[in-house]
Amino acid sequence: MDVQRKLAILADAAKYDASCASSGTEKRDSSDGKGMGSTAPGMGICHSYAPDGRCISLLKVLLTNACNYDCLYCVNRASSNVPRARFTIDEVVKLTLDFYRRNYIEGLFLSSGIIRSPDYTMEQVVSVARTLREAYHFRGYIHLKTIPEADDALIAEAGKYADRLSINIEMPQETSLQQFAPDKDVRAIRRTMGRLRLKLDEAEENRATKTKAKPQRFAPAGQSTQMIVGADAASDHTILHTSSNLYGSYKLRRVYYSAFSPIPDASRALPLVQPPLLREHRLYQADWLMRFYGFDVGEIVDDSAMLPLDIDPKLAWALRHRDRFPLDVNRASREELLRVPGFGTKAVERIIATRRTTTIRLSDLARLHVPKHKALPFIVLSDHRPSPHRLDAAGLIERFKPKATQLGFGF
Amino acid sequence: MQYITLDTETDFDGWRKAARSLVLHHVQPADVTWTVQGRDAELFAPQPPSPILEVNEGTFNVSGKFVELAQAAILHRDSERFAILYRLLFRLKDNHDLIEVATDADVAQVTAMARAVHRDEHKMHAFVRFREIGRERAAHYVAWFEPEHHIVELAAPFFAKRFADMPWSILTPDLCAHWDGHELSFTPGVGKSEAPGEDRLEETWRRYYASIFNPARLKVKAMQAEMPKKYWRNLPEASIIKPLIEDAERMTGAMIANAATDPHKPQKRPEAPMPRKTAANDLEALREEAAHCRACPLYKDATQTVFGEGPGNANIMLVGEQPGDKEDLAGHPFVGPAGQMLDRALEEAGVDRKKVYVTNAVKHFKFVPRGKIRLHQKPNTPEIRACRQWYEREVAAIRPDLIVAMGATAAQSVFGKITPVGKTRGRLIDLPDGRKALVTVHPSYLLRLPDPEAKALEYRRFVEDLKIAAGLQKKTARAA
Repeated sequence: MDVQRKLAILADAAKYDASCASSGTEKRDSSDGKGMGSTAPGMGICHSYAPDGRCISLLKVLLTNACNYDCLYCVNRASSNVPRARFTIDEVVKLTLDFYRRNYIEGLFLSSGIIRSPDYTMEQVVSVARTLREAYHFRGYIHLKTIPEADDALIAEAGKYADRLSINIEMPQETSLQQFAPDKDVRAIRRTMGRLRLKLDEAEENRATKTKAKPQRFAPAGQSTQMIVGADAASDHTILHTSSNLYGSYKLRRVYYSAFSPIPDASRALPLVQPPLLREHRLYQADWLMRFYGFDVGEIVDDSAMLPLDIDPKLAWALRHRDRFPLDVNRASREELLRVPGFGTKAVERIIATRRTTTIRLSDLARLHVPKHKALPFIVLSDHRPSPHRLDAAGLIERFKPKATQLGFGF
Repeated sequence: MQYITLDTETDFDGWRKAARSLVLHHVQPADVTWTVQGRDAELFAPQPPSPILEVNEGTFNVSGKFVELAQAAILHRDSERFAILYRLLFRLKDNHDLIEVATDADVAQVTAMARAVHRDEHKMHAFVRFREIGRERAAHYVAWFEPEHHIVELAAPFFAKRFADMPWSILTPDLCAHWDGHELSFTPGVGKSEAPGEDRLEETWRRYYASIFNPARLKVKAMQAEMPKKYWRNLPEASIIKPLIEDAERMTGAMIANAATDPHKPQKRPEAPMPRKTAANDLEALREEAAHCRACPLYKDATQTVFGEGPGNANIMLVGEQPGDKEDLAGHPFVGPAGQMLDRALEEAGVDRKKVYVTNAVKHFKFVPRGKIRLHQKPNTPEIRACRQWYEREVAAIRPDLIVAMGATAAQSVFGKITPVGKTRGRLIDLPDGRKALVTVHPSYLLRLPDPEAKALEYRRFVEDLKIAAGLQKKTARAA
């Protein structure tokens, strides 16, 4: 089988993993003249976008799509009839370097089906990273999938070469994982996430105190995970509760939500419908509210409930808490401003800097990049005060709902 | 009217020098006309250039934020940019804080220009595609790019640092950047025909692009928001975007319509899982059993059961409250800050830590997540009761002479009822089964005391309590 054919199979096998970020790692380049590559400070770089709207930043492939496990939701499950392929270590290394040299990618995201044993598989994945770093002095971004239960020494080595490590939690609740992925063990997944966090903490402490001349490097871009949405019956509350637990327990940089999507040769046990993309979008918004806007899960969605699909979760919260509004933009605290519908974190910073010098008026909203339509019922400005009846009106929500014709998606 | 002619479209230093001089001469923004050497020659009759006065008599400060914004905004293609920047600078001279006023029209416009320039720079970093000329050691990599703003000099160092080991050129209509492995250089702009038309890897790249796309999630607008069509003509993968979109619906329909084929029987059977080690002793079997405990809901949010550790024949058993954040991650009891405090106190008291069995009354970590940390929660009575079986079975397996209960939760477990620490601490108490019990505080209580004096005092008392255990350890050592 030629490399192009393998690439088609092994990229197809990797595309259901939503993560593609090349962000948040240490600063590196190759200006010492040894090898090639650099990292983009801060946000990472998306070198292309596929028609599914997803960023293409890394060469995202599996080392092999042969797999011992039979996870129902997975295109690579042992019982699927998809064609199988396996890259040699040198083939992945060469593809990465060839693509990188042409500025197609930021680096490599390598995962693998589980073959032989977790340790064998992990060793193969680590070998690719080791070859790139040691033999070719590759300074680009590397994201490695970590195999739960892999030996500690292999995990330490993975962290030495990789920028980011990830282990997918797969399902928002343990019972679903048992049902859909009988070979996977959520306890083993969490234990390994715990091991990664201890190593991440240790590396961070070493960097901070600089006790050692050269502290052991461990995944400077941290760890992330992915949850599949819509394959099981878990509510949005369950999903967000799990996320909040994972963020707190393992200091994850990101939890990715991946709407369950039809796959070739899918299992008969799963819902073969259009992926719930809007639900996925609302979950990301709720996730942002938890991480950057000071919201708790319980505030965003009630026990066992779902997020509304027609309006965003912050607006839904504001409509449930109308007694807290209208809020005087010229006086409110940062925490309060962050809870105003339509106010993003950057807009809030701009407002706080601006109001030190001048008062904020209706005509200023556009320059602050705040959507007027959404925010006006909830705020007081020096020349604007919403009518109290309007904020209390039961029909207020209608103002925000998309027009009926747009339902069913404007994506 | 002052006529200022800058050397190039990106002549920030020239603009800065002229602007500084103009501000110091109180020249109103409306009285300055800015242009660039060679630009608009046919539209305007040549004007005598202003004698840019060498100003030595004064200077003024502006915020670093303005300089940063101006350095970016000056690369914008809007020909009014020099004038807009001068107007803002003129106003800033007497009103330093103006730069923070995001609602000011000039500040907003300059900020928007700077943002557009940075976005264009970012897109150049992303969308330049090199094509190989020659092979192996003689290879040279050449790209054609059409930037929206004057960003070639701004964006080039990124490529020099990234592709330090290969000679490359980026050709654009404005300016071309070259790297020979040592030095960056710039030459005038050229036409697209100067750039190579293809590369041997492009077919492979398109294959990857097509394979990584999920046709079931078509979101064309989202793609175009980040990769506008104006870039497509120079992206080798863009030629297949249209067919991929056209085919997406059919492919998704087929995936949904086609019932799954009969499950494939894997050729290679996975190796049989390793047989679980037969439990070496009762304690090992207990530990394995406890790993799957679901007697209370705490297992759900915790990482793992943290079982006791220590020699199976220990004559002293230390019981704490519950594992903390670090214990939960590591799977071992007393490895966090409280554990370090305990180790120190045991050593001072003369207790040999290696000969002690350490465990907790509750074996899962109870917490609530708060952002990136976990706040410890006190276990309640049903949770303590549910976990007590493990404590009882540990006692039965180890048969210690002395059980040290650290803190109220541990005391509740050891005595089977709520037992205040204050009234019982510091003396040996007989247990119904003939063993001795000793109550003291939990080391994390010492960690929480804010007053250093109180902390030192309480620590002394803790060590004193542990000395009772040390005495017993020595006595049994002599007896043995």
